[in-house]
Amino acid sequence: MAAKFDLNDDSVVVIVGSGAGGGTLGTELALKGIKTVILEAGARHEIEDFINDEWDSFAQLAWADMRTTSGSWRVARDFANLPAWIVKAVGGSTTHWAGASLRFQEHEFRTRSVYGDIKGANLLDWPITLKELEPYYEKAEFRMGVTRTNGIAGLPGNNNYKVFEKGAKAIGYQDVSTGRMAINSDERDGRPGCQQSGFCFQGCKFGAKWSTLYAEIPKGEATGNLEVRPNAHVLRIEHDASGKVTGVVYADKEGNQHRQKARVVAVAGNSIESPRLLLNSASSIYPDGLANSSGQVGRNYMRHMTGSVYAVFDRPVRMWRGTTMAGIVRDEADHKPDRGFVGGYELETLSLGLPFMAAFLDPGAWGREFTSALDSYENMAGLWIVGEDMPQESNRVTLSSEKDQFGMRVANVHFDDHPNDIAMRAHAYRQGSAMYEAVGATRTFPTTPYPSTHNLGTNRMSETPRDGVVNKWGQSHDIPNLFVSDGSQFTTGGAENPTLTIVALAIRQAEYIAGQMGQKVI
Amino acid sequence: MKDNDVSLSRRSLLKGATAAAFMISAGAVINPLEAWGLEVKALKPETMQTLIQMARDIYPHDRIADRFYAVALKEYDTKSTSDAALKSLVEEGIAKLDQLAKEKHGTRYVDVGWESQRVAILREIEKEPLFQKVRSGLVVSLYNQKEVWPVFGYQGESAVYGGYLHRGFDDIDWL
Ligand SMILES: Cc1cc2nc3c(=O)[nH]c(=O)nc-3n(C[C@H](O)[C@H](O)[C@H](O)COP(=O)(O)OP(=O)(O)OC[C@H]3O[C@@H](n4cnc5c(N)ncnc54)[C@H](O)[C@@H]3O)c2cc1C
Ligand code: SF4
Repeated sequence: MAAKFDLNDDSVVVIVGSGAGGGTLGTELALKGIKTVILEAGARHEIEDFINDEWDSFAQLAWADMRTTSGSWRVARDFANLPAWIVKAVGGSTTHWAGASLRFQEHEFRTRSVYGDIKGANLLDWPITLKELEPYYEKAEFRMGVTRTNGIAGLPGNNNYKVFEKGAKAIGYQDVSTGRMAINSDERDGRPGCQQSGFCFQGCKFGAKWSTLYAEIPKGEATGNLEVRPNAHVLRIEHDASGKVTGVVYADKEGNQHRQKARVVAVAGNSIESPRLLLNSASSIYPDGLANSSGQVGRNYMRHMTGSVYAVFDRPVRMWRGTTMAGIVRDEADHKPDRGFVGGYELETLSLGLPFMAAFLDPGAWGREFTSALDSYENMAGLWIVGEDMPQESNRVTLSSEKDQFGMRVANVHFDDHPNDIAMRAHAYRQGSAMYEAVGATRTFPTTPYPSTHNLGTNRMSETPRDGVVNKWGQSHDIPNLFVSDGSQFTTGGAENPTLTIVALAIRQAEYIAGQMGQKVI
Repeated sequence: MKDNDVSLSRRSLLKGATAAAFMISAGAVINPLEAWGLEVKALKPETMQTLIQMARDIYPHDRIADRFYAVALKEYDTKSTSDAALKSLVEEGIAKLDQLAKEKHGTRYVDVGWESQRVAILREIEKEPLFQKVRSGLVVSLYNQKEVWPVFGYQGESAVYGGYLHRGFDDIDWL
């Protein structure tokens, strides 16, 4: 049975956010016998509540609270108050996500050493190596049921994949497959196999896709050690005179404020809200915000070098049928600086329904050039580009002068592309278009990045406290009982979709927190 | 958007309908060929007629009937009954559009003959508030009508039908 803890119970671990990081950490701690409360700003929608409709689902799940933007990225112009497309609900963005689950490459943990000193980039080696993370990647893949690991079969390719695969092979790519997906290819872990419904981004109505909402949290709740409190929006973290954190203040649905005491606080609100919360928790001891003696909280915001290529053919493709992300090309993922940029990228199939295609194909565009593309919607295939972007100190989450419904300052997200990002994107647009042209595309569309789905790096891990916010365990350099448990810990972004790494880090962090609590160090 | 064309009152086909797509009659925009009429309460019927033409010129789809554009824009009239600022934004914006049309072609915007000529006028006002508002609203209110999806081949919800596992997720046959 799910637990219910008292607001004054100061023996609990409080986790802010129930997504990939927070949902996994909370479940893992509960399984280890540790009393845990997850405070989640959003509501709890179960599988049967999900809606097979893009805008209705967006209204149900997406984070729509105020945010502001600045910088030269096009998102700031087209979607000034929607820098990121992420979720506010139990399960976090693992309700929306597509399921691509890739390990980082060895060199991506030490980019400062391998790429060298790139002008304008704040590269830094991670304080951990691939070798240290490998056992946790194994655990993460097993619990998420990642295809092509643990003897799990790959998913079948849909129409969009077949076009993509043929084009990729036609231009000489070899590492092409339906990928490693946290989507059941067959019944597993009490969840059915994928029914190819094509609404992965709207919450999987079959539960075939892994999400903390139904694949993790219920297991934690079953131990009696985990309480998930929805509609609990954390406003600030509090500390005592010694500087240790003592609990959090949150607002409930009606806006009433409550103080939940805690022995340990772990922040997992995704990379925009996590630094915002630390900054909004500034006090007389910590005037620049919690965990911010380095001044790095909110800096080095990364969103992956992204973009899409859509292509129109003379015959139907019907890309919306089947898994949204149905396949991957990995040939460009390595670091091959002779291409004119450092780091690498992945090409992954992607499809949007007609309503989202209209909104995102070329935001703001109108007239026949635009509508003739939509007229060919049935004959379209599409892919998404995801590559390593350069961390820059000036790409940054700060507190805006605008306030939210609780009177707290909202996050402003500032972003400019680094020249390396631009060079990599141009390369990927060329390659993606070439793939489709090789199988007869009559028209291709190099499509601008969407509002960010991968948000990373704003509370980076570092060996020395001067360079970052948390240590190799995601523990604040400044405050030992304060942790960061989401993608904001990433020192650099890698070319891979981030969630598998977030989950692996959360499993590893749970072990560390349990050990430290056992030894009464925290 | 939950509205659909039932809220547009159906009218019997007017005898002697001309080639003109729209007629204005007794406070309504009437489309004799498609046999529907849209009664306007706050805006001038001519304004609504021009708005509909403007919407089609912004997102022209030859296979989408006018009534879908009308449905997408109906809220400008409904909201204008209680929102004076919106009403004047629309009336003044459309008046400006007509004025530009008169200067260039000596007619109202809707009577300018070629789409390319009307688009040239729209390019002159595309940074202005009315255009911005109409375009950004329309990109949702037009394409989010389930009734237009079949025109594009899009099939909408699928979980209720068991997904596409047995309904052609991999049926491409021309590769
Ligand atoms: C459309 C889409 C497709 C994606 N596809 C993939 C993919 O294929 N592969 C992949 O690896 N990744 C994918 N991602 C990214 C993936 O979803 C995220 O990387 C991952 O979920 C991030 O985990 P997180 O724990 O950092 O944050 P989230 O999962 O976003 O969870 C954060 C939670 O914290 C809550 N929260 C925030 N602030 C507060 C507060 N102050 N108080 C209480 N609660 C708060 C939020 O409401 C949210 O529920 C995708 C994302 C999207 C949106
Ligand atoms: S395609 Fe598969 S994983 Fe995606 S929503 Fe449908 S059943 Fe779930």
